[in-house]
Amino acid sequence: MSTKKISVTVNGTTHQKEVEPRLLLVHYLRDVLGLTGTHVGCETSLCGACTVMVDGQAVKSCTVLAVQADGASVTTIEGLADGSTLHPMQQAFWEHHGLQCGYCTPGMIVACTQLLQRNPDPTEEEIRHGIEGNLCRCTGYQHIIQAVQCAAKKMKSKPVAATR
Amino acid sequence: MAEKVVGKGIKRTEDPRLIQGLAHYVDDIKLPDTLHAVFVRSIYAHARIKSIDTSAAAKTAGVVAVYTGKDIGQKIGAVPCGAAIPDMKVPDHRVLAMNKVYWVGHPVAVVIAENKYIARDAADLIQVDYDELPPVLDEETAGDPKAAVIHEQFGTNIAYKLTAGEGDIEAALKSADKVIKQKIYHRRLAPIAMETRGVLARYYPGEQELTLWTSTQIPHLARTQISIMLNFPENKLRLIAPEVGGGFGSKLNVYAEEAIIGYASMQLGRPVKWIEGRRENIQGTIHGRGQVGYVEIGVKKDGTITGFRYNVFADMGAYFQLLTPAIPTLTGLMLSGCYKIPAIQMNVTACFTTKMSTDAYRGAGRPEATYVIERALDLIAYELGMDVVEVRRKNFPEPFGAENPFKTATGLFYDSGNYQGALDKALKMVDYPKLRDEQKKARAEGRLIGVGVSTYVEICAMGPSPALPAGGWESATVRIEPTCKVTIMTGASPHGQGQETSFSQIAADELGVTVNDCTVIHGDTAIVQYGIGTFGSRATAVGGTAVYLALQKLKTKATAMAAHMIGADAKNVTFADGKFSSGGKSVTIQEVALNAHLAKNLPADMEPGLSAQSFFEPKNFTFPFGTHICVVEIDRETGEIHMQRYIAVDDCGNIINPLLVHGQIHGGIVQSLGQALFEEVVYDDQGQLVSGSLMDYAVPKASQLPWFELDNTVTPSPVNPLGVKGVGEAGSIGATPAIVAAVVDAMAPFGIRHLDMPIKPEHIWNIIKKQKTGAA
Repeated sequence: MSTKKISVTVNGTTHQKEVEPRLLLVHYLRDVLGLTGTHVGCETSLCGACTVMVDGQAVKSCTVLAVQADGASVTTIEGLADGSTLHPMQQAFWEHHGLQCGYCTPGMIVACTQLLQRNPDPTEEEIRHGIEGNLCRCTGYQHIIQAVQCAAKKMKSKPVAATR
Repeated sequence: MAEKVVGKGIKRTEDPRLIQGLAHYVDDIKLPDTLHAVFVRSIYAHARIKSIDTSAAAKTAGVVAVYTGKDIGQKIGAVPCGAAIPDMKVPDHRVLAMNKVYWVGHPVAVVIAENKYIARDAADLIQVDYDELPPVLDEETAGDPKAAVIHEQFGTNIAYKLTAGEGDIEAALKSADKVIKQKIYHRRLAPIAMETRGVLARYYPGEQELTLWTSTQIPHLARTQISIMLNFPENKLRLIAPEVGGGFGSKLNVYAEEAIIGYASMQLGRPVKWIEGRRENIQGTIHGRGQVGYVEIGVKKDGTITGFRYNVFADMGAYFQLLTPAIPTLTGLMLSGCYKIPAIQMNVTACFTTKMSTDAYRGAGRPEATYVIERALDLIAYELGMDVVEVRRKNFPEPFGAENPFKTATGLFYDSGNYQGALDKALKMVDYPKLRDEQKKARAEGRLIGVGVSTYVEICAMGPSPALPAGGWESATVRIEPTCKVTIMTGASPHGQGQETSFSQIAADELGVTVNDCTVIHGDTAIVQYGIGTFGSRATAVGGTAVYLALQKLKTKATAMAAHMIGADAKNVTFADGKFSSGGKSVTIQEVALNAHLAKNLPADMEPGLSAQSFFEPKNFTFPFGTHICVVEIDRETGEIHMQRYIAVDDCGNIINPLLVHGQIHGGIVQSLGQALFEEVVYDDQGQLVSGSLMDYAVPKASQLPWFELDNTVTPSPVNPLGVKGVGEAGSIGATPAIVAAVVDAMAPFGIRHLDMPIKPEHIWNIIKKQKTGAA
């Protein structure tokens, strides 16, 4: 199979690589760049474990081809923190026990971050609807909802710069 | 005095790596030169293999090896079953199909290539020629002489029959004023851990050492079994459970793929990795439940239960995984529920079917028991015109504890319980009389409101070794290092339950150090002493107790050392806030730790070092309990079920970290909810797996769930010094009956007394429509 040259900026660093056109973005991030924080949980774009931001939009990276991200700016879970300072969403998940096994967590945190970017003060119902695309088998979602509500409060008093 | 941390909902020490995406699950571990494996699996439920042509695959550039059953089926040992039931028929299940396939997903061949894309391409080139045979799909009829026999050497699909229970059931049912009967289905469920299974194997030919990273709940047990399967010395096989993304019992097992990947690495001299796909996972990872049961319960006019018989057909699947045949026996143990029942009998017919094996899935046989007894109590209430709460109260034992354990007609002694306490608290939280009043008013308006109550008890903290196939003890080694950092090695194998935090909390309080001074190591058989693993809600009750007992040994030694250092008598030394004191003199635990290793000032008869080990053998199981109350409203137009309120009062004894306990209960309730309303593994009439993706297998989403209002009572367990009962499965056991009862109650105006899970809006809508049109 022929390859294509792509240039993708991930968490602020630009990478030039040659990839097969059929290479999934999630595999590009995990296997080519070694950023294994983004996970794969299904083959049918249901579970959301692979959620990353591409040009500021939360997407399921299992359903995006790496070549589609040519020229784009991607933020993964590894890029959310500001140096050693956790993103308020990460901090809130920690404080509210919004994770157990941690496998859905990177995708969930990215999705929740996007949720607050679009709706800084969501109701419980809006949060539940907003994370419909992210499955968690461990938590029953309740502590995740509390984490999002907590992050919303944190970010209202201390706004975070939009992700790169 | 420093505040104790046990009992506090502190943040987890696990979380920093998880929330930053820096943890290492199996697929995150990258070794140079790794080959990737892809399996070819049967597309028929039951067929003979006429031929397998792997030539095109083997010739593909980048493919290093292709194996079929002919190549490796006899070179690797059978997939192990650890359970023993008298006269059970055990299929000789090879790691790859030999002459026959017997479920959709049965692995037939494996392709090993330079990368997973090439392996996947090559797998598509493998041609298998099958001769289809009739599927066997119904556990009730699988034993009929007309059914196709799956394992021909047995001449039958009946794996075993078993009768359990005590008391004269015939007399008990005869003495009843009424005998209520009900057929109950427990559909197959898929555990769906968010991380599928995966194995990475690396063989060092020089050292002759094999390392397997595998997503497992039982690293040591798996190591032993895989060493047997590979005929490889156990002490040269290192098995590592890295970060594990959920298990729920599905990874309490030993799978063919684990041995195959290890074998391949040894043959090919390179690391080999296999990561399960989600469809593969629903096809080839164990399923839960799978019982069709017939309830017969005898009751007096005043609601007193006289006896309970449960005849059940248990669906084993096509062969035995590790605990497959044992699961129905756990059902038998808990048929008494929270009630005084003088006579109980369970009759099991366990059958093979052309489906994936069933095995332990959150609750492992006990959700089935709780479900049938709770449904039976409701049916009694409907039949006698009693309130569902009062009929339960009538049959409760008085609160009990160590001095007067509650004996059941299933042969158990429950450790401690106060069922009235949890019930009263839940009733108060929901204002039960007011709730029933509101329901009356709502019904008069034509609204369909239902209230469901479940009073459950469950058996966990597995368990006394005579009752468990591979031992039920748990181990801990606790070391205090020279710099007074504490290293805890536990045989438990957490995969989200938080013991890195809770065990550190225990150690911090015992030793007067901080949680951050402690580290908990688990999952690596080269580092951690032999242990049994995490399942059956045992890690804290059994594993935490081992940690606690090791800490006591350390404290005794440290006290004696401190006494020597300050010239006091050990029995006059007090220990508080990390300081050993006597007669105005004191020494810190930090000083003791250093002294223990520098060994310049030790009592003559004392060994240096500060390390202690404990293997804790529990003398009984523990029995958490509680009351769940669910309120639903049904939309008449659509049949949709809206959960208005959900209350859970659970008693898991003493609590180390309430945040962790709430998390377990939330997660368990949602899995119960999934079973009650959404989830079912579906095979069609050809044995094709129809629910083979997350588009069809309906794992609950956040938008489908109510807010859970939690409270608790505390009835410590006398079984262990921590007083802990275990809580990992309680939510998945106690909630299902409450949810189903609420929907049934909502549909009571239509004369409904029972509904089968999963209860779908379509079914409700049909019932409502039938009555509207006056159809019979």
